[in-house]
Amino acid sequence: MKGRRFWAWLALILGMIYFALPLIGTLEFSLRMRRGEYSLDAYRVILSDPRFHETFGFSVLMALGTIVLGVLLVVPTAYWVRLRLPRWRPVIEFLTLLPLVIPPIVVVFGYIRLYNTASWLPLTGSVGGTNLLLLFGYTVLALPYMYRAVDTGLRSLDVATLTEAAQSLGAGWITILWRVILPNVLVAILSGAFLTFAIVIGEFVLAALLNRPAFGPFMQLIGANRAYEPAALAVIAFAITWLCMGLIQLVTRFQKHTQIRQRQ
Amino acid sequence: MAFLEINSLQKDFGSARVVKDFDLAVEQGEFVSFLGPSGCGKTTVLRMVAGFETPTSGSIHIDGQDMVSLRPNQRNIGMVFQSYALFPNMTVAQNVAFGLRVAGKLKAEIRATVREMLALIKLEELGARYPFQLSGGQQQRVALARALAVKPDVLLLDEPLSALDAKIRVSLREEIRTIQQTLGITTIFVTHDQEEALSISDRIVVMHKGRADQVGTPFEIYNHPATRFVASFVGTINVLNARLLEPEQGIVTLDDGTAIRLGRPLPGSSSDPVALALRPESVALGDGGGGIQLAGQVASVNFLGSVIRLSVRLGENLILLDGFNQPSSPPPKVGETVRLSFDAGALRVLGE
Repeated sequence: MKGRRFWAWLALILGMIYFALPLIGTLEFSLRMRRGEYSLDAYRVILSDPRFHETFGFSVLMALGTIVLGVLLVVPTAYWVRLRLPRWRPVIEFLTLLPLVIPPIVVVFGYIRLYNTASWLPLTGSVGGTNLLLLFGYTVLALPYMYRAVDTGLRSLDVATLTEAAQSLGAGWITILWRVILPNVLVAILSGAFLTFAIVIGEFVLAALLNRPAFGPFMQLIGANRAYEPAALAVIAFAITWLCMGLIQLVTRFQKHTQIRQRQ
Repeated sequence: MAFLEINSLQKDFGSARVVKDFDLAVEQGEFVSFLGPSGCGKTTVLRMVAGFETPTSGSIHIDGQDMVSLRPNQRNIGMVFQSYALFPNMTVAQNVAFGLRVAGKLKAEIRATVREMLALIKLEELGARYPFQLSGGQQQRVALARALAVKPDVLLLDEPLSALDAKIRVSLREEIRTIQQTLGITTIFVTHDQEEALSISDRIVVMHKGRADQVGTPFEIYNHPATRFVASFVGTINVLNARLLEPEQGIVTLDDGTAIRLGRPLPGSSSDPVALALRPESVALGDGGGGIQLAGQVASVNFLGSVIRLSVRLGENLILLDGFNQPSSPPPKVGETVRLSFDAGALRVLGE
């Protein structure tokens, strides 16, 4: 018993070192811009760089847009599949998993081929069109997470009976989705939304190849040209991701709480 | 034309016909129960009235208006589900107000109706609670109030008591009946529990394999079952397998040769098989129970407290009989030969 506990602890400690050491190294390095002492100079440089504000703001906007589009796309789809097309569920699930299998570079090259200025829908010909294309691309990348989160949320509901109850009270489809389904899967949507946010903030390939001023390419640019600032940027990016993770944890804890109370 | 009229309703799921030639006319304010075992089609008929299933053929009219062409949310029907189906994200008051809000009623009117409905189900003080904070019985009462708030033409109850425990089931069914009579609302109640159906209905539709076997008052259904299925499903009953001996004089024989004179002409011809139904409470031990007297061997004795239930073997047939417990005369023992008697009028000839 004691021996087994020792090995478990050892594995845990080794794992923690494996994950934490590079981070600690990066953090330590990011603080050494001033010779001979620790300082936050690298962070000051990054945070006062106007490009940081521009790209970060752009990516935040993109993330919010992706979340809205994803919710509009996924919630009605997942609801309808659960309600009327349960036989299609494996197909839809497979489709939503495809973005995990197909690399973003393939997606973006496909986009560029399909929507270039010589095509019948020249989306890449204007800034607005390219932004839209980027938004669609991000929605595709976020699809597996969003769909899974919403589908799990729907599973805890008796979707069919709630729908029928609302129908018998005179509600149409939009009312049912807006007043009954959406509020009950809101917690699931939020956890999907935080994941989407984290993905979009750090995304590089789509933004770089569509030549949009997003946070990912900015990180790459800094990383290629500076010494200490990239480390600071990496720490900032990690902090943002962790914040999102923390929020998911918070939200799921809240969800479990209500679910347990519902079962009583 | 009756208030709710269902004509030659059929429903197929794939190649299986689950509802066959179903006809029913329900008067305004009537409480009708659909009674039958699971899979008999009772819920499917109810769901077709609600609009959740589309009939394969046939018509449904409420107050003269055709329902089949309307969507569920256009039918003005109140529905209560077995699983309550309260909206988990809304309070009790918001649940009750839902239909009124959808209908675009004024806030003051909604508030007044919600208060009235909560008073009707005696849960005035729980308006701010969420469904998960209520017991099953309370949740179902809220579901009832929610369905009634929109003043539906017809109230549909789909096994509303099945998920509740025995005591609450009885009190809530009485409450449902009282509310239904107060409001005078036309109601269809689906159940597989015969006691429930017998105790609260104006009329019962006994369903079997997608058909309405019999439609009648609880008294008629219990005392004059039309088919062997109705007889066996509603209450406990003895079904005696016999053969016609002399149909014109109403004489049949049991398989052990015992002749029974019913004293009324029977349809059919000599030596046709015939099934006779007999309630256990109509049979008496001894010769004092009526004109038909038989003898048989006691097969089992069940002491149920105030009632003693014996089963007596007569050839192949087993007759159950109920007698009151009398401390002065202990029940017979298994294997003993006893005499039993009943009135010829208590025997019913069953159709198939």
